[in-house]
Amino acid sequence: MNRELLLNFAIGLGLPLVAGVALLLDEPFVVTLATRVAILGLAGVGLNLALGLGGLVSFGHAVFFGIGGYAVGVLASHAQLYTPVMTWPFEISGSSSMPAIWLVAIVASALAGLLIGALSLRTSGVYFIMITLAFGQMAYYFAISWPAYGGEDGLSIYVRNSFPRLNTLVPFDFFVVAYCVLLCAILLFSRVAISPFGLALNATRQNLARVQSVGIETYRLQLTAFVLSAVITGLAGALYADLNRYVSPSMLSWTISGEIMIFVILGGVGRTWAPVLGAAVFVILEQWLGGVSEYWQIFLGVILLAVVLFARGGLYGMIAGEARHHG
Amino acid sequence: MSPILKLSQVSAAYGPSQVLFGVDLEVESGQVVALMGRNGMGKTTTIRAICGLLPVLQGNVSFDGETVKGKKPYQIAQMGIGLVPEGRRCFSSLTVEENLLAVARPGPWKLEQIWGLFPRLLERRGQVARNLSGGEQQMLAISRALVTNPRLLVLDEATEGLAPVVRQEIWRAVVALKGNSGLSILIVDKSLRELSQVADSVILLENGRSVWNGTFEKLSAHLVEKYLGVGRVGVD
Repeated sequence: MNRELLLNFAIGLGLPLVAGVALLLDEPFVVTLATRVAILGLAGVGLNLALGLGGLVSFGHAVFFGIGGYAVGVLASHAQLYTPVMTWPFEISGSSSMPAIWLVAIVASALAGLLIGALSLRTSGVYFIMITLAFGQMAYYFAISWPAYGGEDGLSIYVRNSFPRLNTLVPFDFFVVAYCVLLCAILLFSRVAISPFGLALNATRQNLARVQSVGIETYRLQLTAFVLSAVITGLAGALYADLNRYVSPSMLSWTISGEIMIFVILGGVGRTWAPVLGAAVFVILEQWLGGVSEYWQIFLGVILLAVVLFARGGLYGMIAGEARHHG
Repeated sequence: MSPILKLSQVSAAYGPSQVLFGVDLEVESGQVVALMGRNGMGKTTTIRAICGLLPVLQGNVSFDGETVKGKKPYQIAQMGIGLVPEGRRCFSSLTVEENLLAVARPGPWKLEQIWGLFPRLLERRGQVARNLSGGEQQMLAISRALVTNPRLLVLDEATEGLAPVVRQEIWRAVVALKGNSGLSILIVDKSLRELSQVADSVILLENGRSVWNGTFEKLSAHLVEKYLGVGRVGVD
């Protein structure tokens, strides 16, 4: 068994193991931290699809993360107040059911991904980065100036939304939900990566013109990847809002886009489980260094710098060697 | 019978620098046509114009009766033109098999047929393209074009820089492809001897213009010396 596979197993089994041991030791906070890792890792898996496979450096993925979050906030707040979300042209009522809210988060993220991707993918390189960042800032300021849903103060979700047969208020039950969604996303990512679609996407990262010359419409290919990536990140946003029972414009901030990118770069661009490792390191540092100084991100910056300069391929590259698909 | 590929007075330019000034070219279905000329005469530019990688300023390029002028490279490739670019240009981080799976389209050319044509690629199927030898990369580039199931295969300097033994393997494959039902081939190459054995006709380019076309039998030593700058030693 190669080292990458071993590392995949270590992360894939390690996360539920930590949550399980924490449950036995009655440490709900650690279970919540493991849940946070699973959710942030999920957002990273989403970005990794666009960035790792397609080479699309999106600095606007917070839009999808925030849209997922607001899908939870808006639907849950209407469900709590027994008011419809809209009455015309048809009535949509609020909901406190996670699967129903996820469906809304998926559709909304996909539509946003389609719109942003359709416009952004007409550019490339630094222009693509800037246009995705611009969309992110537009969404951020829109949320701030949207008083109906809390404006700058955001929205509180008083009771965590429900999932059939589970009590999501129990930290371990909610971890199970988040971890299962993460596993599904990991499975999807790994299937996409080896499919003709994923291979062609990988090829566009190397040379767009060459892919076009063999008969592949790269714009449609990249747009599909971008939408898929948006959907996964949106789903992570929905889970994140439920984890915190709070959603605010900060979920749409460019710093969230940066953090999601950090998970991917820290873990290892293009590697299936790498964003989860990146998110785990991020959460551990946040807890550990956060107790030492409120400016803990300075240390994170130093670590990130060291990884980028000395560990090409991120932590995964350091432990498991260079990724075959990213040489 | 109408030609599958027809270029009529095609002119093209790289920015302000015009390279083609009127190229006429025809490839019949199932025919192998050699496009020859000295360095810098516009052979690769002609191919780039055919494949939509360079805009056609004047004249027309039609494939199977349909104009390709103004179409995007992927649309032209989807029409049935498979390009093997100069310098191979495989997807370096993908394996041999992945390079083929990434671009494959339905048709008679499947992986089994590729392994039959180039058994060496079968041995290397799990190896990443950047670790292949130059000859193997060339075989992969040809295979990658074939799995798109083209009706016209365009080979740009397919044997350039390869060891003689590998070049022979490439030429053997071209001969095998010639026998393949309906596949037309347009070849840019400098190997007169090999081209004379496989090509049905030859077109000579000089300063961005097509100056002569005909069969190899009619290609005189004078023409070879005048337009290719070499003696006709290799042909006879």
